[in-house]
Formats: sequence, structure tokens, C-alpha cells
Amino acid sequence: MNKHEQDLQEVVDQAIAQQKVAHVKFKKIDPESVDITRLTSQSKETRQERWGKGLTALAIVIIAILIVAIIGFVGVHGLATFVNDKVNIFHFLFSSSWNPSAGKDHVGAAAMIVTSFAVTLLAALLATPFAIAIALFMTEYESGKQTRFLQSVMELLVGIPSVVYGFLGLTVIVPVIRTIFGGTGFGILAATLILFVMVLPTITSLTVDAFKAVPKDLRQSSAALGATRWQTIYHVVLRAARPRILTAIIFGMARAFGEALAVQMVIGNAVLMPYNLVSPAATLTSQLTSQMGNTVMGTLPNNALWSLALLLLIMSLVFNFLVRLIGKKR
Amino acid sequence: MHKLKLGKSLILFLALPLFLVGCSKDHAKITIVGSSALQPLIEQAGNDYHLAHLNSNIIVQGGGSGTGLSQVQAGAVQVGTSDVFADTQKGIDASKLRDYQVAVVGIVPIANKGVGVSNLSPKQLMAIFTGKITNWRQVGGKNLHIIVINRSRGSGTRTTFENLILKGKEAVNSQEQDSNGTVKKIVSTTPGTISYISFPYANDPNIQKLSMDHVQPTNQNIPTNKWPLWSYEHMYTKGKPDKETAAFITYILSKKVQRELVPKIGYLSINEMKVTRDSQNRITKVGGAHE
Repeated sequence: MNKHEQDLQEVVDQAIAQQKVAHVKFKKIDPESVDITRLTSQSKETRQERWGKGLTALAIVIIAILIVAIIGFVGVHGLATFVNDKVNIFHFLFSSSWNPSAGKDHVGAAAMIVTSFAVTLLAALLATPFAIAIALFMTEYESGKQTRFLQSVMELLVGIPSVVYGFLGLTVIVPVIRTIFGGTGFGILAATLILFVMVLPTITSLTVDAFKAVPKDLRQSSAALGATRWQTIYHVVLRAARPRILTAIIFGMARAFGEALAVQMVIGNAVLMPYNLVSPAATLTSQLTSQMGNTVMGTLPNNALWSLALLLLIMSLVFNFLVRLIGKKR
Repeated sequence: MHKLKLGKSLILFLALPLFLVGCSKDHAKITIVGSSALQPLIEQAGNDYHLAHLNSNIIVQGGGSGTGLSQVQAGAVQVGTSDVFADTQKGIDASKLRDYQVAVVGIVPIANKGVGVSNLSPKQLMAIFTGKITNWRQVGGKNLHIIVINRSRGSGTRTTFENLILKGKEAVNSQEQDSNGTVKKIVSTTPGTISYISFPYANDPNIQKLSMDHVQPTNQNIPTNKWPLWSYEHMYTKGKPDKETAAFITYILSKKVQRELVPKIGYLSINEMKVTRDSQNRITKVGGAHE
């Protein structure tokens, strides 16, 4: 026995002494019979592993370059308004005079920023109670056919293209609002109602996950203490799922904030500070989509639109950051 | 083994677009980008042209007049189409571009059926679109609030309308819509609305076309400038066009296209015009130089 084998034997003896293993027998291997090249060369599995790693790394690098390029491109173009055209950044954020082709004193995005936030917050406010109710129904009250049915309804809602929502809004919601409130029917209210339907499935499915993630023991303990189902839901499940529900709402808001086409079709696209819910207004995205084609690259009107795009990008990063922050607290 | 296959097919998949791009270089490619108003004409003409010249490859895209002009200036496309003169656009060096005017399109003010007005003077139109007149009663119609629907800022139709009617005055800040179709839909259904659309979209019984100083908005009144609201449809090339592009532009300007396709889409042939207009809106008589 060489030194190495002695060490091994010692370990085994100890293990046997502690009754961890019953019996171990060593077999001597003749060094001549071992095929050294086979053992030291790469096996097929190792090659596959390397291949896979290489491909994954390549994909990650490509995606990373893409993201950096997008942020860089939007950043450079978006900042040109402030660097090259000397627009005051506070003027851009807090003035609501928007007519970039008339000069740098008319590059104020406040009306659009306010409208974007208004439709986003209102849509989330409107959709959240419904989403929580549906999610409670699906996880706490029913778990059979009805749940599967609701699930497929939600999936269907996600799958409908936004242009269809926009068209429905234009032909159904706008006329209804017009007959009830007067005016043209275009405005924040119409956009909110459309976005409500669009973010509802997002918030609902994430809320369902939130409720499912609440451990069963909590519910059982609550029931054992004599709580009714509603008391359990209200005091235990909702409390325990709160961070995840918040995440769900923020995901929904991110979707609402970035939605362009459907909103553009029903909001009226007037860059005015909205003074009520049925006056025509414009969001950051609706201005971007309706104007980009009409501006000349490199001019102030074009740069101003890139600044709007940069603002949108920053907002989506903020939404992402919020989601992470809430996730960490959990 | 399975993993290996997946890797190979992934590489193939990633490389596929490169091959496709490589293949399409065999044909002379003409990319035409810009004015959405001109898009249907160029698309149809492009299809007809392709049938006669099978190795031609004409790609037509919208994107707006601004896109057309900046893309052709950057040399990214062979032809940029526009509803407005290049030298009226900031950031465009018109001296480097060649202008081919291929058609004329009229623009007509429209209103909702219920406003009780079918004729306005240009001055009244100006007052409405600058926000000085706000009720239809002030122009002889019903007691109804006027709702102005504008086209998107910088759209060719809006630029033409503002040059010719507002004469440099700022339009009232109002609703803006991106397309002729949406504008028509809104005006036909919303009481008190006024807007303007191009002729090919105007043949709709649900909207009220407005005449100006009792001149009817018809294609017959455009060549003499009796109906003054019209614009050229331009095709711009950067410098001298290459052989294939020149051949296609010649085809668009040919009698066949100008006599058949152009009127069919609702435009007016460039050959019918008895006046010309330059980028400063100066009108000059042609006096039968064409026909």
C-alpha cells in the first residue's frame, strides 16, 4: 500500500467505526492496463459541454452588445436636444409648450409626461381590484373548470394585438364616452379603459402566482385558529402576498406606460395639458409614433422626439428597478 | 448528440439572414421610402413594372415625407417621396436632390354632416383653424361648438394646408390624427368637427365636403388653380439617379401610368396642369406647354 491508499483506508476505517458505511473493499488496479490517453483526452460529453457553454456565451454577448447599443443610440440622440440644440432640461420637463419646429422655446414635454402618468396610474388603479378579485377566485375559491376557463380567457386577452384594442376603442368606447360626456370622446378616459383591458391579464396572472406562492401552512394555521375563509384571505393571504402583488402592479404599469398604438388611436393626440378626463391629450408614445415619420433626422423636431424616447427608456428602467427593489425586500 | 445538432442549427439559423441578404443583391434593387399618400400609386406602378421587367426589384415603404427626404439625403434609399418641397424642410439640402413631380393631389376641407355649412371663404377657414371662430353659428351654421381635427405636425397634407390657408399663422392646438382614414372616420361621427383630407379619401357620403368661395372641390378645378388647395407628389433622388431608378421614374411619368393609373388612384396627372407652383407658392401659367 502506498501513502495515498493508506490515507484512503484510514478514512474508510473511520467511517466504518462511526457506522456510516458497512464495508468497503479496495481492488488493486494494474497501472499497465489503464489507457492513459483515453482518460486524459476530452470525452464527447466534455466537448458537448464546451460547445454549449460557448454558444450560450456568444448569445449573451450578442444580447449585451444589443442592449448597450440601444441605450447608447437613444441616449446620444435624446441628449442632442440638450447638448446641440441647447434646450434647457428643466424647460423640457416642466413646460407644456410643444411645437419643436417653432424653435427651442417650444420643446416642453410636461403635458405628455403628465398624460402618460395619468393613463398609467388610472389604468393600474382600475385594473388592480379586478385582478385581485379574479386571482382570489381562481386560487382560493375555485380550482377546477372555472379556473382553467378564466386562465384561457386571460391568455386570450394577452394574445390580442394592440391595434385590435385600439380599433375597438375607436369604434365602441370613444362614441360611448362622446354620448355620455359630450366633446369628441377622445381623451384620457378612453385610453384608460383600453389600457385597463390590456393590463388586466398581466396583473391577474402575476397576482395568481403571488397567491399560489403563499405557503399552505399559513392558511391551515389560520383555519385551525378558527378564522373564516374571508378572515384568512384578508389577514393572511393578502398580507403575505403583498410584495408580489405590488410587483404585478408595476409590471402592469410598465406595459401601460409603453403602450403606443392602441393609446394613440383613442387619446386624440393634442399636446395640451389635460384639464379633465375627456379632453383630448397626448402621451409620450402617441407623439413618438405619430410624428417620427414626419421629421428630418438631426433637426430639432427629430431630436426632441428622441428625447421623448430617452424619457420612456429611463422610465422603463425605473419600473424594472422598482420590481427588483420590491423583490429584494421580500 | 442532440445538443450538438441544436448548436449547429442555431448557427445556421443565425447565418440565414446573411444568405438571404446576399441573394437579393443579384437584382437591381430600388428602394422607395416616404410619403404615405404616394405609396399606393408607387406600389401599383412597381408591380406593373415588375411584370414587364422581371429582374427589377422595387421595394416601396411609407414612413412619412420627412423620413423619405432624410433617407434619400443620407443615401440610404434610391428614391425619397414627399408631399412637400424639399427646400421647405429644415435640415434638408435641396440643392443635392433632384425633384421629379409625378402627380398632383387636391385637398378638401371637410366637416361633420350636422354643422349646417357647406361653403366657407378661405378667411373663415383661417379663422377657424387659428381658433378665432369657435362656433358654427359665426359662419352661418348651427349653434354648435367647432372641434378642429388637425393632421399630425409635419405631415405633408398639413404643411400644404397651413401654407395655403393659414399663410404662416400658427394653428390652434387641437386633436391630431395620423391618417386620412382616421380623420374621415372621426369627422363623420363626431358633431361639430372640421378637418381636411386629400381627394382620394373624400368620396364619402357621410362627410360634408366644404367648397371655398363657392368653388367646388373637384379635379376639374385644380389644373387652372381655381381650386387652390393642392400639392405636388414628389419623387426625390440624390443627384443623378442610377440607370434602373431613372428607368422606373420615366415609367411613372409615362403616358400609360399618367393616363390610367394616376386618375384611378384619385390623383391628377402632372400633364394636365395648366399652372405650376414653386416652393414659395408662386403660381405660373404653363399655357398648354405639355399636352
